[in-house]
Order: sequence, then C-alpha cells, then structure tokens
Amino acid sequence: MDYETQMRSPIERQRGIIDFTLSSLMRRKVKNVGLLCLYALIVFILASAIFFTSSIKKEASLILRGTPEIIVQKMAAGRHDLFPLRDMEAVKNVRGVAAVEGRLWGYYFDDRLGANYTLIVPPAARSSAEPSEARPLFWFNAAALEPGTIVIGEGVARVGKLSKGDSIAFTAYDGSTIDLKVADTLSSKSELVSSDLILIGEEDFRKLFDIGKDYATDITVEVKNPREIPTVASKITRVLPDTRPIVRDEILRTYDSIFNWRGGMMIVILSAAILAFVIFAWDKASGLSAEERQEIGILKAVGWETSDVILMKFWEGAIVSLTAYFAGVILAYVHVFLTGSLIFEPALKGWSVLYPHFSLTPFISAEQLITLFFLTVVPYTIATIVPTWRAAIIDPDAAMRQTGE
Amino acid sequence: MIELINVKKVFNAGRPSEFTALGGISLNIEDRKVTVLKGPSGSGKTTLLCIIGCMSRPTAGRVRLDGREISGLPERFLTDIRRKGFGFIFQVPNLIRGMSVLENVMLPAYPLGEPHARLKERAIRGLNDFHVSTKATSKVEWLSGGEAQRVAIVRALINDPDVIIADEPTAHLDTHLSYLFMEIVENFKKEGKTVIIASHDPLVCESRIVDSVINMRDGRIEGESS
Repeated sequence: MDYETQMRSPIERQRGIIDFTLSSLMRRKVKNVGLLCLYALIVFILASAIFFTSSIKKEASLILRGTPEIIVQKMAAGRHDLFPLRDMEAVKNVRGVAAVEGRLWGYYFDDRLGANYTLIVPPAARSSAEPSEARPLFWFNAAALEPGTIVIGEGVARVGKLSKGDSIAFTAYDGSTIDLKVADTLSSKSELVSSDLILIGEEDFRKLFDIGKDYATDITVEVKNPREIPTVASKITRVLPDTRPIVRDEILRTYDSIFNWRGGMMIVILSAAILAFVIFAWDKASGLSAEERQEIGILKAVGWETSDVILMKFWEGAIVSLTAYFAGVILAYVHVFLTGSLIFEPALKGWSVLYPHFSLTPFISAEQLITLFFLTVVPYTIATIVPTWRAAIIDPDAAMRQTGE
Repeated sequence: MIELINVKKVFNAGRPSEFTALGGISLNIEDRKVTVLKGPSGSGKTTLLCIIGCMSRPTAGRVRLDGREISGLPERFLTDIRRKGFGFIFQVPNLIRGMSVLENVMLPAYPLGEPHARLKERAIRGLNDFHVSTKATSKVEWLSGGEAQRVAIVRALINDPDVIIADEPTAHLDTHLSYLFMEIVENFKKEGKTVIIASHDPLVCESRIVDSVINMRDGRIEGESS
C-alpha cells in the first residue's frame, strides 16, 4: 500500500461502509421510510412539547416581570369580591410595604362576536410609562385614553375588524349601550398578554359595571425588600382576614406545575412519546430479521471484521436517527413558532373564548436540543448496535454452511 | 504452502451434543496447485476449508501459512489475512439481494479503504473478464444461476487473493456450467493462484487440471491421490 493510500484509507473505509449502509437503507425503502416517519413523529411531539413549554414559560416570565409582587383580593363566601378602598390604609400600615394601589379590571363578553375581552383600567402612574425592561408588557399613548375612548389589543382588533377611530358598543350592567371609540391599538412583546386586552378609562369602567368609587377589583402591594414578601403577605392576612394575598412566586409555581417536565400536560405528552419510543427501540433491540442476519454472515465471510459490521450498523442507526431528529426538530420549530402550536393550542393554552394569534417568541436553548438528542438519537443508535454485535460475533464460517435460502 | 499439523475441530465441546468434525488432520497444500477435498457430506470438508481459510480456528493442532503459524491469532489478524489472502466461492453465490452486481463485487474491499474510483475500475475489469460487465448495474436477483456464480467469483477475486477456496462450487450448476467453472479454475492455476475445492462431484475430482485429491471420511484423511 503506498503512502497516499495509507493516508486516505480511514476516510475511504468510512466512505465505503457508509456507501454500503446507504444502499442497505435504500434496499428496504418502505420499511426504513416508515421507520423514519414514525421516529420523526416521536421527535416532533417531544420537541414540540419542549419548545412550547419552555417558550410559554419564557412568556410567563415576561408577564411576571410586570406583575406586582403581591396582589390582595377581597374574599366573600370563598369567592373573589370587590375590594373596599378604605381597607387600603390597613395594608399601607403593614411594616415592609412600600406602596399600595387599587386596580380595576374585569371581563366582558361580547355576544355579537362571541368573544371574551379583558378590560383593564391602566394605573395612573404607569399610563405615561415608556416601554422599558421593567415594564415589558404593553404600552400605549396615554394621552389618547380620554373618557369615551379605549385602546384595544391585536386580537380584539382582528376579531372585530376594528381600527383606530372605530367604535365598540358595550352593553352596560343596566342594559344601556355605551359607545367607546378605539383610540389606539396595543403593541406588545407578548401577544399572549395583550391579545384580548382592552384598556379603558376609570370612569367608563365604573359606569359599565356599576362599581362605586370606593371599590377596586383588587389591590397591588409593592414590598421594600423582596425577601420579606411571604412575611408581608402573612401580615396582610392577619390584618385583613377576609383577604387573599397572591404572591408572584405562587403564579410562577402554578406555571411551573402546569408546564414543567414533571407536571401537567407535559407529563402526559412526554410519557406517551417516551413509551412509544421505548416500544420502538425495543423492537429494534430485540433482534434482527433473518435476512439481516444472513447479510451479516455474508459480510463476515467475504472479509468484514466484527468492527466493520458494527460500524456499518452504527452508521445505519446514526443516519436514520439524525435524519429523524433534524426533521422532527425542524417540524416542531415550524409547528410551535410558525403555526402557533396548531396541535397543542386547544389542549395546553386554555384560552377560553378569544384565542390569541399565538406566535410564541422563538426560544430554543442548546440544553433543550441536547436533552432531546440524548432522549432519542443515543438510545436508538445503541438499540441498533447491540443486536448487531450479537450477530456479528458469530464465526464467519456460518455463512459457508448456509444454503443461501 | 499451507501446512496443517494434527488439526482437530470439536463442536459443542463438553456438552452432550459434542461432535468431532475433524479428528487430527495433517496435510500440506502446495502453492499454485489445484487441490480437491473429496468425501461424502459430513466428512469434514467444509470444516477443513474454514480452518484453512481463517474463517474458524482449530480446537487443537497448528496451521501454518507460508511458514507463519496462524492458528492462534486473534480474530482481527485472522480477518486481515483472510480478506487479503483468500477468496471464497460458496456453494450458493451468497450475493446480497437488492444491491447491484457492481456493489456486491466491491463489498469485500469496502473495509480496506481503497479509493472508490480505483476499486470500481477494478470491479468492472473483473466483471469484464467473466463476461458479466453488461449486468454491472443490474440487481443480483435478476441474474441467471451461471451469471450469479460468475459474479460471486469476481467478488472472490476483488482483493486479488493468492488462494481461492471453493466449497461445492458445482453443486447447483448443470454440466455445461460446471465445465465452464473448471475452465475458470484452470485460468486461476495459470495465473499462479492456489485453488482448494471441497467437492464430491466426479466432474471436479476427475478433472485433468486437479493436481491432488484428498479423500476424507468421518473427519479423517483416507488417502491422497495425484
């Protein structure tokens, strides 16, 4: 063997074996394409679930960044009631509380369009706020929000085919109609937050729902030292026993329990997909077909080493699993970030009436891709090699004794 | 020269199904000659061929190839010797279905890392020599019995081995094809290759090109004729 051949041989050896592997795969086209589709489908489901949940958690963190540290709700007979503003003083006096503010918000069902809107009265202090990292949710031109006008979210504009200058007729608590003019539409980093949102002036809100000036929907509490949040919350319960403080961390925990690896829909999707994968890999690991065994016998008889056969099967597993992996991941990306999680949307989002055009911000980390890789490509490749190793260590003379049939 | 010294092969040793396939064979096979191992089925011909061709190791005894002892070598080395030094022609062509004739022929050389273009050229030349180059791109299942065997022979020759081992090569061939096969063997001999054939076909054993016939029965040599 000359020097040049020696230098090239390891690459040529791989190339030769890959050539054989590809032609092997092509020979069993129907079987392998079926296998590839099934495999890609499992990766697609897993990847979609991972992308969806991590992105929705990311959205949640965006939302929570703008959420007050503590929200205090008034309770009556175990239900959320209007908060009397006179009680705000008692909360203000709790040690550690920096600021207290009443909020006005509610839901409005538009029976004409069959859509549910979230109505919020923007807090006075925030109405002039410019978009910043601290207030990432939405912003609007506060000057536009005069009495008789509203600012609407993109979903509301889309569903009602509304634009600046149009009016929405709201039916008030007493059956009378209140026309409110669209002054602007919201721009937002997360449509999940703002899609069904309508910003409304305080006066119009109170008129619409007949809420007296002494009441708010709930109150928000800012705490001086974030580490004291639980203490402050428990102090509020002591001062006002008929209230329920909701801490920001609790919301985060709720999101986590719904969307993390171990909770909610994720566990259902993951366990189903992993179970399918285990059955699939087990089928591969449990043995080779008689035809494959015979082929391995022939290869050994014509001079292939055990390691050559294993290398060939490794490439076979790697080609199938990498193709399925990339196809599954790309399809999942398209599914989650471009088609708005078409399949998961109704199951996971729980938006009851007005579906936001749910374009999640693409968020993929290397960690997710590596996790997915180790969940799929690695076990499949091993599952392909193990039975081959068992078949490949047989003496090559077995092929000599085969009748060939 | 291939030397076998008191070679024994026992299958399932120590178990109730223990079976002695070769019971102490001592034999010298000369280079550039055609040697036939003759005997009824079960006489140990194929087992002996496998040991000579480095496909399996003897339970006891020694095998020397050109003076070098090879019977104790690990699998990797045996494989290396086998694929460079031996070409195998089986009872049935043992071609891989679904692949083209050309791919089947190139198969033994893939792990050796020879540049693809050069290997392909050599494979086509081989197919040409055996008048099957027109079938190079055909799938092997479309070949006739004779064509399939010629393709299997080209495959056996792809690494240019010094020794050709053939196990009952005429068992599935008609008389005409069997004669053609023996002509091929004659050419091997002219090219200076050593040919070892296991067969009980009189057409092979009584051929004028055969230099030596080893008669076997029950795993032992009964006699040798030239």
